Amino acid sequence: MNNILVFPMIVPILAAMLLLFFRSNRSIQRWGSVGAMAAVFLISMWILQQVMRRGILRLDFGEWLPPFGITFVADIFAVLLVTVSSLVTVLCLVYAAFVKDEKRESFFLYPFSLLLAAGVNGSFLTGDLFNLFVCFEVMLLASYALMTLGGEKKQLTEGIKYMLINILSSWLFLLGIAYLYGTLGTLNMAHLSLRIAEAGQPPLLTTISILFLVVFSLKAGLVLYFWLPGSYSALPAAISALFAALLTKVGVYALFRTFTLLFYHEPSFTHTIIGYMAAATMIGGSIGALAHRDVRKIASYNVVIAIGFILVGLASYNEAGIQGSIYYLIHDIVIKGLLFLLVGTIVHLTGKSRFDEESGLIANYPLFGWLFFIMILSLGGIPPFSGFAGKLFIGEGAIGAGHYGLTAVAFLSSLFVLYSLLRVFLIMFWGESTIMSKNQVPLPIGTLAPLLALGILTTVLGLGMDVLSPYISEAADVLMNPDLYIKGALQNN
Amino acid sequence: METMIILLVGVLVSTATYLLLSKNMIRIVLGTAILSHAIHLLLMTMGGLKQGSVPILGDQADTYTDALPQALILTAIVISFAVTAFFLVLVYRTYQTTGADNLYDLKGPHDE
Amino acid sequence: MRENDLILQTVSKVAVFIILTFGVYLFLAGHHHPGGGFIGGLTLSSAFVLLYLAFDVETINKGLPFDYKNVAALGVIIATLTGTGSLLFGSSFLSQTFAYFNLPIFGKTELATVMLFESGVALGVIGVVVTIIISISEDV
Repeated sequence: MNNILVFPMIVPILAAMLLLFFRSNRSIQRWGSVGAMAAVFLISMWILQQVMRRGILRLDFGEWLPPFGITFVADIFAVLLVTVSSLVTVLCLVYAAFVKDEKRESFFLYPFSLLLAAGVNGSFLTGDLFNLFVCFEVMLLASYALMTLGGEKKQLTEGIKYMLINILSSWLFLLGIAYLYGTLGTLNMAHLSLRIAEAGQPPLLTTISILFLVVFSLKAGLVLYFWLPGSYSALPAAISALFAALLTKVGVYALFRTFTLLFYHEPSFTHTIIGYMAAATMIGGSIGALAHRDVRKIASYNVVIAIGFILVGLASYNEAGIQGSIYYLIHDIVIKGLLFLLVGTIVHLTGKSRFDEESGLIANYPLFGWLFFIMILSLGGIPPFSGFAGKLFIGEGAIGAGHYGLTAVAFLSSLFVLYSLLRVFLIMFWGESTIMSKNQVPLPIGTLAPLLALGILTTVLGLGMDVLSPYISEAADVLMNPDLYIKGALQNN
Repeated sequence: METMIILLVGVLVSTATYLLLSKNMIRIVLGTAILSHAIHLLLMTMGGLKQGSVPILGDQADTYTDALPQALILTAIVISFAVTAFFLVLVYRTYQTTGADNLYDLKGPHDE
Repeated sequence: MRENDLILQTVSKVAVFIILTFGVYLFLAGHHHPGGGFIGGLTLSSAFVLLYLAFDVETINKGLPFDYKNVAALGVIIATLTGTGSLLFGSSFLSQTFAYFNLPIFGKTELATVMLFESGVALGVIGVVVTIIISISEDV
C-alpha cells in the first residue's frame, strides 16, 4: 500500500477545484496553483527516493488486487518524468503569475493548468491501459479549454482542428483497447505483457500494436505532426510552454511503455517502422523550422524534431539508446518549456513574431539575450548543457544497432536545430537596436526569474550528469527488462 | 448476435465518417458523437455478448457475464459526453466570433 | 420574444418534482440495481434544464441562486476527499466499506461509504451539465 503515489494526481485536482471558489481573488489563484504544484514536485522527489530504495511501487485502488483493479505503478522512468514535468509546470505557472494576463486568469487559467498537470501525472503513473486513456482525456479536456481560453479568432479556429484531431485519435485509442481486450481479455499493462509473451506476439497482435503506434504518434507528433505547429503558435507564452513541455512528451512516454513493455517481440518490424517514422519526423521538422520566419512556428517545428530524435533511441532498442532517450526526454521537457517561454516573451516585448522585423534586442535586454543563446546551445547539444548526454547515448545506441542512416539524419537534424535558432538569434538580437530605450517595454524581474531558473536547470542537469546517471540507468534497466516491471506490478506482497 | 452488432458498428462508423467529412460544423459535431457511440458498441461486443448471470463474488453460478466492458463503456460515455458538450460550445463560440458555420470559411490566410 | 408557453410552464411545475424524485430514487438505487451517481445526477440536472427551458434564466436564477461551476467543483472535491478518507484508516485510496444500521423509520438499512463518493459524482454532473446548457443558451 503506497497511497503516496496517488498524490501527484489528486493534489492538483483538489487545488484546481478549490481555486474555482476564489475566482475574483487573483493572488490566491496565482500563488495557490504555484504552491500546489511545488507540493507535487516535493512529493514526487520523495517518491523518487523511495522507488530508488525499495524498487517499483504499486498502489491498488480500493484494494482490488491486480489484474482486476486499477493500479498506479511507479517505476523510475515514470517518476522521473513526473518530477521533471512538475518542476517545469511550477516555473511556467510562476511566469504566468507575473505576466498577469487578467482576461485569461478570470476564465480559470490556473485551474485548467492544474487539471492538465493532473492528467499528465496520472498518465505517467498508471499501470492500466484503460486508465491511461482516462488520464489522457483529463489532460486533453484541460488542454482544449486552455487552447481556446481568451477566445481570439485564431485560437478558436485552431482549437477546432486541434480538438477534432484529438477526438479522432482518442477514438483510435479506444479501438485499440477494444481489440486488445477482445483478443487477450485484460487491460492491466503488466498482465497484458505476460499474455502477449505467452502468445509470442502473433501477427494479429502486431497489427494491433501498429494501431497503438498511430494513436500515440498522433499525440506525440511523430510523423503525424501536421496539427502541431498551427495550434502551438496560436497560444500565449505560458500555455504554449506547458503544452510544448508536457503534452507531446506524454505521447512519447506511452510509445515507450507500449513498445518496451507490451509489443517488444517483433522489433525487426515494429521498431524498424518507428525508426523510419523518426527519420521522416526529423526531416519534415527541419524543413519546417527552416521554411518559416515566424519565431513561434520555428519553435513548434523544433518540438517536432526533438520527438523524432527521442524515438531514434526507441528504434535502436538497446540499453544505450534507451538511456539516451530518457536523458533527452528529461532535457527536452526543460528546454522546450524554456524555448516557448523565451519566444513568447520576445513576442510580448516587441509585438512582432517574424524574426526579420526586429534587431538588436540584446542591447535592450542583455540578460535575456544571453539566456536565449544558452538555450540554443543546450538545444543543439553542446557539451556543458543538458542536451549533450542524451545526444551522445542516442548516437551510441543507434550506431550499436547498426542504424547508420538514422544516426546521420539525427545529427544532421541537430545542425538544422542550431541553424534555425542561431539565425533568429543573429538577426533579432544582434545588429542595430531598433527600440529606443525610452520606448522599451519593461521586462520585470518576476517574469525573468522562471526563465533564469530554467536556464540554470539545463546547465545543472548538464554538469550534474553523475548525480542523474544512476537513476537513468536504473530506469533504462526496467524498460529493457519487462520482467522487472511485471514483477513489481503484479506481485502481491 | 455479435456479427449483427459488428455490422451495426460498421454502419455507424461509415455514417460518422460521412458526417465528419462535410464542411458544416454541426454535422462534424454530430459525426464525432456517432463515432463515439460506435466505439462504445464495439467495446461491448469485444467483451462478448454472453447470456450469463450477473457477475457476483461467489461461486454458485458457472457462467458470468463479463462486467468489465460495461464499466469501460460507462467511463467512455462520460468522457465522450464531456468532450461532445465542450466541442458544441466551442463551435457555437466560433460561430459567434467569426460568423462562420462551416470549415471552409475558417480557412483564413493566417499564414505568412 | 418569450411566447405564451402556459402549457409547458404548468406541466413542468409538476413534472420537475416527479423528475427530481426519480433522480433521487435512481441515485439511491445505484448500489445494487441500475442507477448511481452519474445517472442520478443526469436525471436531476434534466429537471433543472427543464426549469430553464420553461421559464427564463433570470427567474430561475432568482429562485436557485447557485453558481453551478461551484456546485461542480464541490462535487469533485467531495468525490476526491471521500477517496482519500480511507487513508485515515490505513487502507488504499478509494477503498470502501459498508455496514447495516437500524434506522428509526427505514428499519435495517445498508449504509455504504460509496454513497458519499457517489453524491460527489452526482453534484459534479449536475454542475457541469447545467453550466454547459446555460453557457450555450445564455446569449441566444
